[in-house]
Amino acid sequence: MPGHWRPAVLVGARAESPTARTLVLKAEEGWPGHRPGQHVDVRLTAEDGYTAQRSYSLAAPAVGDTVEITVQRVPGGEVSPYLVDEMAEGDRLEVRGPLGGWFVWDPASTDPVALFGGGAGVVPLMCMVRARRAARSRALFRLVYSVRAPDGLLYRAELRERAPGDAGLDVFLAYTRTAPEGTPRAPARVGVADVNTHGLPAEFGPMCFVCGPTGFVEAVADALVALGHDPGRIRTERFGASGGPR
Amino acid sequence: MGIISRGFGGRRRTAEDARVPPGQYLTDGFPVLSAGPTPRVTEEDWRFSITSEAGDTVTWTWEEFLALPQERPHTDIHCVTRWSKLDTEWTGVGLDTLLESVDTAADFALAYSHGGYTTNLPLEDLAGGQAWVVHAFGGEPLAPEHGGPARLLVPHLYFWKSAKWIKGVRLLDHDEPGFWEQAGYHPYGDPWREQRYWGD
Repeated sequence: MPGHWRPAVLVGARAESPTARTLVLKAEEGWPGHRPGQHVDVRLTAEDGYTAQRSYSLAAPAVGDTVEITVQRVPGGEVSPYLVDEMAEGDRLEVRGPLGGWFVWDPASTDPVALFGGGAGVVPLMCMVRARRAARSRALFRLVYSVRAPDGLLYRAELRERAPGDAGLDVFLAYTRTAPEGTPRAPARVGVADVNTHGLPAEFGPMCFVCGPTGFVEAVADALVALGHDPGRIRTERFGASGGPR
Repeated sequence: MGIISRGFGGRRRTAEDARVPPGQYLTDGFPVLSAGPTPRVTEEDWRFSITSEAGDTVTWTWEEFLALPQERPHTDIHCVTRWSKLDTEWTGVGLDTLLESVDTAADFALAYSHGGYTTNLPLEDLAGGQAWVVHAFGGEPLAPEHGGPARLLVPHLYFWKSAKWIKGVRLLDHDEPGFWEQAGYHPYGDPWREQRYWGD
């Protein structure tokens, strides 16, 4: 149940890339907790009472009443430039959630998991990776993360120098436009060969989570079906025009 | 007034404002929302069925469906994920036309799709010129990611009710929650009353 709008205050922020920022928000009247993959509605209110609402994926498991979202700035957007560039610690907004009961990973599950993130579509997948660590899960995890260029990489340090709790997590970075020097794979969109090589075999019966822009989600989900994965075990989530998830 | 976000200006709309339900924003794009892979259905294999509460089924092939009177709804659509799109143009068959072939006194309907998706509606929301099975968008065949070959179009409700890849409609005496309706989304979904989630 998403419940009511809850006041929240910005208690921390991290630049993740030149265009994306993680906001650490403390729900001042409490947060009911959430499952990895769920999202939250955010409401901003201007001085004159005008409001705007958007949905964002939760980027990390809750710590008490504190939640994290990662927001990608949409050029010309109404809400994301404020969240990425303007909002300062101590500023407030409202949150409602958690929302979404389908695109979620169950930390108690031992099934193998294949994650496919395109651009900021990695955000709910990162929540799953972090929840796996927090739950000390040993479930086999593969993350295929498609990103235009190295400077767009979110969670760079955390994905490169993985925490001890991340044993059993494999990460493959697929650059689509510009790759760091020495990268064996030439920059290209993720295709069936990448899904085959860097995902998990259909015979393992993994749960597959695919999140990103429509073209990415269509390509990866089609590739998974073509490779014999059960369509019922492929869960997708797409970006809307806002650049926010779904 | 609620919590003020210091420094947030926002972008107020003007004339179009009245057409945008609360909590929504306008988009010129056509975002895609679905829960799994896009089913690939050929027109050759396509069938559309309506099953009455008594269990009687009427089925149309693609050719039979295209031979029915075609309507061209021009309408605004509203997705629960907060985008609204104005002045969309569709081509398809009105549910009123399709329901003429069915003898029913049912109160509810459950639309079901290739890929397993379902969504529930009161039958009265499918009647009275409010709902269509559409096969073209903007004069072009409906793309698979948008529900092609054909999808339901019920624009007065949030767009998850407009089931993509529609396969048929079951008419029921009781309300049976569909896919998102079981997953926390509102059983009815009126955008003007902001019925997004359970309890709204």
